[in-house]
Amino acid sequence: MARAASRGGVLLSGEIDLSCNVNGVARKLRVPPLRRLLDVLRIDLGLTGSKEGCGEGECGACTVLVDGVALNSCIVPACQVEGSEITTIESKGLEDIQQAFLDHGGAQCGICTPGMIVMTRAWLEACERNRATPDLESARKALAGNLCRCTGYAKILASALAAVKR
Amino acid sequence: MNPTVIGPRTLEEALRALQDVTPDSRLLAGGTDLMVEIESGRTRPDAVIDLWRVKELRYLRDEQGGLRIGALSTCRDLLDSALARERADLLVLAADQVGAEQIKNRATLGGNLGTASPASDLGPVLFALDARVRLVSLRGARELSIDEFWTGYRATARASDELIESVFVPARTPGERRGFRKVGTRAAQSISKLVVAIVLRIDHGTLRGVRAGAGSIADKSLRLATLERELEGQRPDAATVERATRASALADARAIDDVRSSAAYRRRTLQRVMHTLIHELIEGAR
Repeated sequence: MARAASRGGVLLSGEIDLSCNVNGVARKLRVPPLRRLLDVLRIDLGLTGSKEGCGEGECGACTVLVDGVALNSCIVPACQVEGSEITTIESKGLEDIQQAFLDHGGAQCGICTPGMIVMTRAWLEACERNRATPDLESARKALAGNLCRCTGYAKILASALAAVKR
Repeated sequence: MNPTVIGPRTLEEALRALQDVTPDSRLLAGGTDLMVEIESGRTRPDAVIDLWRVKELRYLRDEQGGLRIGALSTCRDLLDSALARERADLLVLAADQVGAEQIKNRATLGGNLGTASPASDLGPVLFALDARVRLVSLRGARELSIDEFWTGYRATARASDELIESVFVPARTPGERRGFRKVGTRAAQSISKLVVAIVLRIDHGTLRGVRAGAGSIADKSLRLATLERELEGQRPDAATVERATRASALADARAIDDVRSSAAYRRRTLQRVMHTLIHELIEGAR
């Protein structure tokens, strides 16, 4: 065990003070360092929009943005988001994408939808940053890590492409 | 029981932390493997050293015409780097197929090597590129060839007080052709059934500098030593390629039956995929 852990940097046993900004609101809480970001959001902060599908980084239902980068929050430990800006499905600014999903039937049971919408936002931002065309092929690749077991993806991709115009 | 977590901010602190923990402790980088293992209870480490804040391990830089890649570089970092796309094109191709965008944003080169999964997508490429792995500890630094580094099933030559500092990809030889293929159930987010990578050039009508690696055909990523030997110095004709790939599928592969594939499928696929890949490189080199 860590005998003189101060020599090796901050010792984070027990619980840590976590400061981060979630959807524009500064948050401070005490959590175990390896607590999953998904549990911090859903249980500690009551933000239940992000869903748990597989719990092992395969399905994308828990996708959030950490400092603008899309991650599966079920495999990100709390100690790695100290000082970060986190954007979840509850964030303001996703209304246009949400409306596109409504207009094109992009949601069925709804479990994958928050992840799909957050990932669509990340995709649109990446296209803008890289001056890439947000076409069907690019949307397919961006959303490949977001699994849906209801729709067969056609309507989800149509929704994502409709979000480009909005 | 939650493990003790140590969060160093510098390489020096990380190396000191390594002195203070038991061998049953784990290094945490992007967490794409370790978080799943810990959460499921498959791994119960005494302590976890979280390297994520050790920013000096996250870099890409020119070195002697080659590329040195800090261990904490993510697959996304490789994809976004013009230097990496030029110097380590095969590694960038492999990094693009490691998983979904969310995984590529977090999965690191050092984590991939440290985990040493037999289904690693990056491992076979590192064999084909003759990459070297730099290990550091408070005792000093040493650099191993990828062959020396990767010793077996999820096993490496890293001592318990060492960490992977970087990977070095040597400069490209003039005229060199490089190829990579991953076979999986779908393009994104699938664990590979087979990964192959090969580098070669044609010099005065003969094959030279043949280097090849493969994954998911043995307990580790490995060098296709038989393939290299059978091709080196030979004429690049159909008979040579057929003979060499058949010999390699028999001698190099130590394939197993598992949930993702059968051993017979893996051998057959190794032979056919490598056969096609080599022909493509030979055609491209003419």
